[in-house]
Amino acid sequence: MPSRIVGGIGLSHVPSVGPVVDRNRTQEPAWKPLFDAYIPVREWLAQLEPDVAIVIYNDHAADFGFDKYPTFALGVAESYAIGDEGFGTRPLPRVQGDLDLSIHLSEALVYEHEFDLTLCQEIAVEHGFLVPMNLCFPHGQGKDGMSGWPVRAIPLQANVIQHPLPTARRCYKLGQAIRSAVASYPGDSRVVVMGTGGMSHQLQGKRFGYMNEEFDQGFLDRIESDPEELAGITHRRLMEEAGAEAVELIMWLTMRGAARGKRVHRHYYAPMTTGMGLITFEG
Amino acid sequence: MLRPIPDTSIFDLRLSLRGRRLNKLCAALCLPQEREAFKRDEEAYMSRFSLLEEEKNLIRKRDFRGLIEAGTNIYYLLKIGSVTGNGLYRMGAQMRGESYEEFLATRKFKDAI
Repeated sequence: MPSRIVGGIGLSHVPSVGPVVDRNRTQEPAWKPLFDAYIPVREWLAQLEPDVAIVIYNDHAADFGFDKYPTFALGVAESYAIGDEGFGTRPLPRVQGDLDLSIHLSEALVYEHEFDLTLCQEIAVEHGFLVPMNLCFPHGQGKDGMSGWPVRAIPLQANVIQHPLPTARRCYKLGQAIRSAVASYPGDSRVVVMGTGGMSHQLQGKRFGYMNEEFDQGFLDRIESDPEELAGITHRRLMEEAGAEAVELIMWLTMRGAARGKRVHRHYYAPMTTGMGLITFEG
Repeated sequence: MLRPIPDTSIFDLRLSLRGRRLNKLCAALCLPQEREAFKRDEEAYMSRFSLLEEEKNLIRKRDFRGLIEAGTNIYYLLKIGSVTGNGLYRMGAQMRGESYEEFLATRKFKDAI
């Protein structure tokens, strides 16, 4: 059997979710609506039985620095450490990777699809990657440091913080290339693709705290109904309408380029300074 | 070059290059022993990174809006915030020109922190 994409998930990666998980505060009134939205998603994932998650995320100055900053960086490792982004290392098990699939993706994306990726033999993952994993998958204690997560995972880090950024359409095309690359992998693997970030938020300047639910709901509509057209959105329009840091929504288009099936879940919650969206596609 | 957006910093290469010293200092704060060193002797720590006097002053004054304008990336600024006891929302309130309480009052569900 060839490998295939069995699902795609677009979701936000707000850092404050990490300590909420670690301190078991998920049932507090302010947080329950977010975690409740993931109950059916986790059930759906348990039925899909994915072997691997490819997680498109951005590092928040934990493991990548501006001295050498890659546009797209793919993890090519047996496993990934938990990073310290300046507030301490979260008590989470190491993330087991899928080295064979990483190598296959590297070769297919560079040779066939001409995406000149930076290939990383070490990545310490942080909230951009870990919060989406926390929301979608339960983790054990992982005493051996390796077996704590129910899926293997491959980090794909994108530059969404130092302009010039890749265009939304380039991110979408990368997703299409990932779909094709997974289909040519002989491993009979079931793969989910997660596009993380946003939605509307701005974390600096006098416009700190700006959100736009109308924009976010429209984005959720359009990523379902017409991702091809949505991929034409400019960085300027994203930043103007949804806040400067919302530009990371371009990573959702990578997910949508890879996942073409019908929409299954959709949720939106915006309690503080970031619109937290969720959308899933099957098959 | 991207056209400016009011009340918004667009972190492009020009700004990133301007903030190089500040961002290097912040990057080091991802190690626990570096955070301890900063807390132990802030002045010595700043000197290690060859900060300009005006950059040191921004840190001394906890001027977060000024630090952003001087090229500190927001995700690096969070690390300075953390070692000086200023979370994102405290820094944000200052950038908006509000007290912490005034800022929280503008939020829908202010316990989600």
